[in-house]
Amino acid sequence: MDIDLEPIETFDAPIYHKYHAHSSRAITPFLHAIKRGELMGHLSRGTGKVLFPPLGACPESGEPTSEPVILKDSGTVIGFTTVHLPIPGSKLVPPFTVANILLDGADQSCSHLISECELSDVAIGMRVKAVWRPKDEWDFGLENIEYFKPTGEPLVDIDKLKADCLAAAQQRKQEADKNA
Amino acid sequence: MRDVAIIGYSQSPQIRQEKVLNEVEILMPEIDKALADAGMTMSEIDFVCSGSCDYIAGGAFSFVGAVDSLGATPCKMESHVEMDAAWALYEAWIKIQAGEIKTALIYGFGKSSVGQLPDVMSQQLDPYYLAPLWPDTISLAALQANVLTQSGRYNENDFAEVVVESRRKAKSNDNAQLSGDYSAADLLNAPYIATPLRAHDCCPITDGASVLIMGDIDALPKTAGKRPAVIRGMDHRMEAHQLGLRSLDQSISSAQAMEQIKSQSGIAIDQYDMAELYAAFSPQTLILKDALGLSDAVDINPSGGPLAGHIMMSAGLDRFGMTYRAIQQGADRALVHATSGPCLQHNLLAAVEGV
Repeated sequence: MDIDLEPIETFDAPIYHKYHAHSSRAITPFLHAIKRGELMGHLSRGTGKVLFPPLGACPESGEPTSEPVILKDSGTVIGFTTVHLPIPGSKLVPPFTVANILLDGADQSCSHLISECELSDVAIGMRVKAVWRPKDEWDFGLENIEYFKPTGEPLVDIDKLKADCLAAAQQRKQEADKNA
Repeated sequence: MRDVAIIGYSQSPQIRQEKVLNEVEILMPEIDKALADAGMTMSEIDFVCSGSCDYIAGGAFSFVGAVDSLGATPCKMESHVEMDAAWALYEAWIKIQAGEIKTALIYGFGKSSVGQLPDVMSQQLDPYYLAPLWPDTISLAALQANVLTQSGRYNENDFAEVVVESRRKAKSNDNAQLSGDYSAADLLNAPYIATPLRAHDCCPITDGASVLIMGDIDALPKTAGKRPAVIRGMDHRMEAHQLGLRSLDQSISSAQAMEQIKSQSGIAIDQYDMAELYAAFSPQTLILKDALGLSDAVDINPSGGPLAGHIMMSAGLDRFGMTYRAIQQGADRALVHATSGPCLQHNLLAAVEGV
């Protein structure tokens, strides 16, 4: 009997909540820095590694981090994918390439777009540099960088880059230990 | 049953609004303090379990961010419940009983000031019949309080007396948000917010985090001068979700859980010298007192309880933490209660003894 009823596939039950959030102790200086056009990471004293973007805790040592390190806006692609499907709500028109980029001097990669090249030319080890939006559009966010573009430098050997990063982190840790 | 002992605890101050720190930043120092209290290091912790809800502060995956503060690289044995952290403690207790782990660090956090907590909580209700009406937690607690007054057992003056006691006891709790000397007559001059409840009958919006450390008593360091708080029994029971299916002025699930922990622990009701009850609204203290059969000789919520400070998602864990502290100060046997769901739907009870 009930089985003959028309199934109800949708009904409206809107959910909305208002939040008044504050940026955190770790993220506030990062946001002010990027509004000035600076990329601020945090030095983890426990490991000597530079974390970008900073979240206020070192996932490796568990220690709070707050010591700022200003990074250059160039880096190396350590992974990438080209997206062919549209993302709901996104202004990006496929196909576009998203890469994990290790900024020079950082030990943790961040994600951003790669452009100004054939997407088929993007490669692991490619050297890239940030292309910033016009200064009067800068706000509190990583969107101040429109995308990264290839610099034309030769490809970097990722294994060597990782070894160099670990050695540099080790040296920073020793210096931090000495100063402590 | 293995004897599981609480040997470390730390709670942030229970403040009305934290404007600078995010949830993880509130939590981080408490992890260090709880470990120091236990005389342990993170490397000695087998299992980490937390309770939180991303709806509270509106930040997706904030509970994942908290894992960074544990030093989760390379790996941690970790779990999370979208419930009060008292249930995170229960999960860890079960794992210890099963012999899977020896030690656990439990934490809970909530930054309720960021959103509208009473409305956010309506999301836990039945999505067809209740949630579309947006009944907030205060209105539901008022419905429950009205059933209680209609029963003739208690009145608004009794509710106010619960608050007077809470604030008086909270004077010795440095982390309390609300404390001081009040009279029921003064409190009853305040306007209603949802009859028969006034603002003082409701737990205050609170930002904070708490961390507790426990383990198989044989695996824990022995610290001179410290009394481990041993969990002798623990049980939780759940009632129907639909409010119309149960008597709101009773708490039969609490009474059932109480029977269970009595047989587990062998501790009779008259042997308890204190109880920490998760009663977020003053009438719930009275409903629980009756359901559990607590006499006036039992010191109820010596910390001030949730009416003095209420970290949403950690207030149940805090009942264990406050009990551990009371045991350091001379309490011997304590009843610990935590709750979840609307109007005391789901209740957890534990028998805790200082050794």
